[in-house]
Amino acid sequence: MNCSEAEVLIHALIDGELDAGHARDVEAHVASCADCAGKLAAFRELRQAMAAADLKEKAPAALRARIEAALPLPQTPARAADAVVVPAPVLTARRFNRRFFVGGFALGSALSGAIAATLVLGVFNDEQQQRIAGEVVSAHLRSLQPGHLTDVETSDRHTVKPWFNGKLDVAPPVIDLTTQGFTLIGGRLDDINGETVGAIVYRRRNHVINLFVAPAQGASQGAPQGARRQEPTSQSRHGFNILHWQESGLDFWAVSDIAAGELDEFGQKFRAGLQPSPASG
Amino acid sequence: MSDDGDADRTRRFREAALPHLDDVYTLARYLMRDVADAEDAAHECFLRALRHFDTYRGPAMKPWLLAILRNVCKAEFTRRAAQPTPPERSEEEFAADEPLWQEPQASPEAELVRRHDDEAIRRLVAALPQPFRETIVLRDINDLSYRDIAEVLGVPVGTVMSRLARARAMLRARWILEQGSAP
Repeated sequence: MNCSEAEVLIHALIDGELDAGHARDVEAHVASCADCAGKLAAFRELRQAMAAADLKEKAPAALRARIEAALPLPQTPARAADAVVVPAPVLTARRFNRRFFVGGFALGSALSGAIAATLVLGVFNDEQQQRIAGEVVSAHLRSLQPGHLTDVETSDRHTVKPWFNGKLDVAPPVIDLTTQGFTLIGGRLDDINGETVGAIVYRRRNHVINLFVAPAQGASQGAPQGARRQEPTSQSRHGFNILHWQESGLDFWAVSDIAAGELDEFGQKFRAGLQPSPASG
Repeated sequence: MSDDGDADRTRRFREAALPHLDDVYTLARYLMRDVADAEDAAHECFLRALRHFDTYRGPAMKPWLLAILRNVCKAEFTRRAAQPTPPERSEEEFAADEPLWQEPQASPEAELVRRHDDEAIRRLVAALPQPFRETIVLRDINDLSYRDIAEVLGVPVGTVMSRLARARAMLRARWILEQGSAP
């Protein structure tokens, strides 16, 4: 590696964007080049200074109110009766000239189409599953509201599992994946598709993963429970990744805003943890 | 039925999109510079995103919103450039006589030093030429991955990397210059 290559790649190293092989190459070059070593140190310092400075802006309250007014929530029936003033949706931004947005508008949809096309996703064929996927995302969003994430908060699976006893028809399996990068933070009861289900909550860095567990659809008829198995399928919905699979007569729905690949990894590790280890028979 | 569907869609959009308002507004500040323009751009971004929410299948919500915001800002600059009267001033002229960043004035004395640094970094970032400015803001302030930045900007990841390297090199050079001239 020469200095001009390293000059670009040290930034990817600082940002944690290099795979192990390339990271080694850059580190090897830096170790033998005082000039690049100095740059690496200086840019690390700059990055830290930027991280320490509070550079993100808070949206002014008036702007938030203006946008919220343009996205009206339905009135509840009781309130709708005596509601006199309903904020009209503000259809255009205040000072911009609407006429000239047409060009950008088409550009915007072309761009978002292009972005969507870059993702290759498994497909949920079943309409029922699509609906449940929507509910899973809503339940995940609800859980992120302050104070809603866990009913029982602990990193000990031996506390979480018995907590579910008697609260649900089936006992969801609780697997500790902390050593594998997914920290168990607790459990909660939630509501999906009109049924009470168990939610096991994990954390990956700053991101929450909700794993919803419910008796598999139609598990009581047909094949014996243990035989019901369905390989994971994934999809992205409103910016959240969802992974669904069936195992041991249970439906599993994992949902999070972590990358699809990481959620797949979570699914694999969880399912590996479900298998009885050879030692314990 | 369709009303219910619309209401449900708006609710889901609010839940998914509103948490990113600060990020959208932050990028808008760095792109538009003027506070009122930034607010208008952020507002238009959310209206446009709602209209496209039905066809939205990913990627993550934040880069999707930021891509829309960037289009809104570009369209606005195009519009201004196309307007014959009054004569528009170039970005450089703006930069010459308007403060790029304004801070609230009053602050406790203990915070002054830190404030001063924050403000200096902000001002230096705001003074970077546009392609470098948006790249470093998306990386170091909006906290996007290189791949997400490439999607927002519509350029290859390699271009993101070289722009980021240039942006940081310029920022560091100006930072050193500034510290050197400090009392």
